[in-house]
Amino acid sequence: MSNAFLQISNAQKVSRKDIPHLPFDQFQSQALELVGNGGKIVHYFAYPDKGSLKLLAVLRTDKLFVAGCDVPDPYPSFTKTCEPFHLFEREMAEQYGIRPQDHPWLKMVRYHPNYTDGAADVFGNDYSQDIPGNYKYYQVEGEEIHEVAVGPVHAGVIEPGHFRFNCIGERVLHLEIQLGYQHRGIEKQLLTVPAKRLPILGENIAGDTTIGHSLCMAQNLEALTGVQPDQGAGVIRTIALELERLANHIGDLGALSGDVAFLPPANYFGRIRGDFLNLSLLICGNRFGKGLVRPGGVRFSLSNDIRKVLNERLAELRPEVTHVLDLLFNAVTVRARFEGCGAVSHEDADHLGLVGPAGRASGMVYDVRRCFPTEHYPHMGIPENKKTTGDVYARARVRYDEILQSLQMVESLAAIPVETQCVNEGIANDLPASSFSVALNEAWRGEVSHAVLTDEKGKILRYKIKDPSFHNWNGLAMSLRDTGISDFPLNNKSFNLSYCGFDL
Amino acid sequence: MLSVLKNRFEQGYRTNRYPEEKVKVFSRYRGRPVIQDNISRATLETCAASCPQDAIDVQNQKIDMGRCIFCGTCENNANGQIKFTNDYEIATAERADLITSGDLPALAEHAKQHFKKLFGRSLQLRQVSAAGCNACEADLNVLATPFFDLGRFGINFVASPRHADGIVVTGPISRNMKTALLQTYEATPAPKVVIAVGSCTISGGPFIGSPEITEGLDKILPVDLFIPGCPPHPMTNLHALISFFK
Repeated sequence: MSNAFLQISNAQKVSRKDIPHLPFDQFQSQALELVGNGGKIVHYFAYPDKGSLKLLAVLRTDKLFVAGCDVPDPYPSFTKTCEPFHLFEREMAEQYGIRPQDHPWLKMVRYHPNYTDGAADVFGNDYSQDIPGNYKYYQVEGEEIHEVAVGPVHAGVIEPGHFRFNCIGERVLHLEIQLGYQHRGIEKQLLTVPAKRLPILGENIAGDTTIGHSLCMAQNLEALTGVQPDQGAGVIRTIALELERLANHIGDLGALSGDVAFLPPANYFGRIRGDFLNLSLLICGNRFGKGLVRPGGVRFSLSNDIRKVLNERLAELRPEVTHVLDLLFNAVTVRARFEGCGAVSHEDADHLGLVGPAGRASGMVYDVRRCFPTEHYPHMGIPENKKTTGDVYARARVRYDEILQSLQMVESLAAIPVETQCVNEGIANDLPASSFSVALNEAWRGEVSHAVLTDEKGKILRYKIKDPSFHNWNGLAMSLRDTGISDFPLNNKSFNLSYCGFDL
Repeated sequence: MLSVLKNRFEQGYRTNRYPEEKVKVFSRYRGRPVIQDNISRATLETCAASCPQDAIDVQNQKIDMGRCIFCGTCENNANGQIKFTNDYEIATAERADLITSGDLPALAEHAKQHFKKLFGRSLQLRQVSAAGCNACEADLNVLATPFFDLGRFGINFVASPRHADGIVVTGPISRNMKTALLQTYEATPAPKVVIAVGSCTISGGPFIGSPEITEGLDKILPVDLFIPGCPPHPMTNLHALISFFK
């Protein structure tokens, strides 16, 4: 492929002067060509550099590419011709006041003032007023149309977000999701905190994806400073990421079971999920893996006594997990409720750029562990886990497959002694000047990625975070089209997306 | 049907016997921190400098458990003179009691006694998630699973503040959630309880310094019970709720 973008590797230091800085027209045509031909957007964001705003795109095919450009005035929206840019351009408008001309749905993302000194707010919002500010929700009109508004405070013990359903009778015509309630300003805060706080902010982006986000941060800082964690650290990190996947997938299947009123697996999986969280605690003292990963390695070893307990617990859990999985998936009543519910077509999934189990359920085979492996994954075989129906059943079934695979991975990695030199605070070295690194990992919800740019003094100039939920929330909205509103909880749990990971 | 019964038999009875019997946690769990009296100034200064949360007060030899995220970085630098014990019973009724060298007042005795009378037999709580990382919510949710079974104590999470005796707040209360939180509080009928769960809610936690958040729920609402941790272990939550209200 003749492309002006630079091919890069996952978690590798790139000097910023090697990143092609293209004339905007060329940047636009090349990006659109790449994405138009099936490429996907990993990052597309704006950053300030020496008094002006610049754009940077990281795209993927079976390889990773990067290029940047200046922001033209006016900036013409790519979304009009290429849907996958939609949310990235909205984010850019919100963060840096760049108005994408002719964007079909220019709406705020997280509801906060932009990061510039005085650029006009693209949305005409007064941020002393409450969310959603100056925005009228999408409305459907007609005699029998009604609206259901839910949130931000929901009925359960869950994160806040606002859902607006436009319905005709029981059928949902359109679901609009407004997030931003969890916005803590993390990307901005990362530029101001001392180095010792970086990993702490990293592991608190989304607590259920602590390991996924921590790995992205650690790998980037390691790439930039040229520190290579030892092999044992890679094994422990891989075990931790798979334990995170196991706990969450098992919890999700329990929740799905509860939502179709099949209570035995709901209760059993609820408890078993806790057992897997406790295995993270066994290794690092925290049920969510907080405190484990630091740039340079891990803070806790997998000593033989810990490994012994881990193996014993896994041996106890395996038959329980398998039996409850069978109980759930062999129940015809469950199957009847899961099948055909909330289907997202492959075509829609492709246009929305869905990732992770939600993407694989709709035939998107991408898995970072296989396509751009880090840590111990180059030595492990990761199957495709592709499904084709795109419904709740497919999203549950992907989890079924992945639970058994992850269990096997953890068992095999924990079977042999692991040695590592533990680190405590992580890297204190200064970061190199004018450099860039992007790291991708397959967290349990899908591709999680962080990108870092440093300035000429080695200070972090821009820290970009992308949780898989950024790609997938529109998938949930799509799954609700022409679906009964009473099936919202079931569909919602089948995606189980992160509010805080999206809101940052 | 047969497989339902077979699974039921395999699962057995899993509910713990707390508070009659203590629940044992894995040894690496980091609960109540203890600073040795004789810790050297230099060691404590090294620990304080390495603390990502700046939670250590060198002068008074104390750790603020409301700021601490229990990462254990100081423990690794303390030559054994700071230890995170396995004690998960660490909630307090006063914010100031969280600043400690290792001693905590017995929660049951410091609880507001009229709450025990009002809510001792039945306590219905509304949870408000306000901008954390969702780990606190997750470890409150597990209280409903068979191992913890919070319901056996007459304590439940309910769907509406109108049905609630109090609110349980998690997260550092973002600007975008402040109104919703205050409205939920208003909608809860008095007399009502306010419980702050997690480092974020108590102090801003990992997000201290961000202009988007509130550094402490007690700055905007009267807090009755502080449950520290990042997130608090489910047993910490369970102990706090039982001791404070039972």
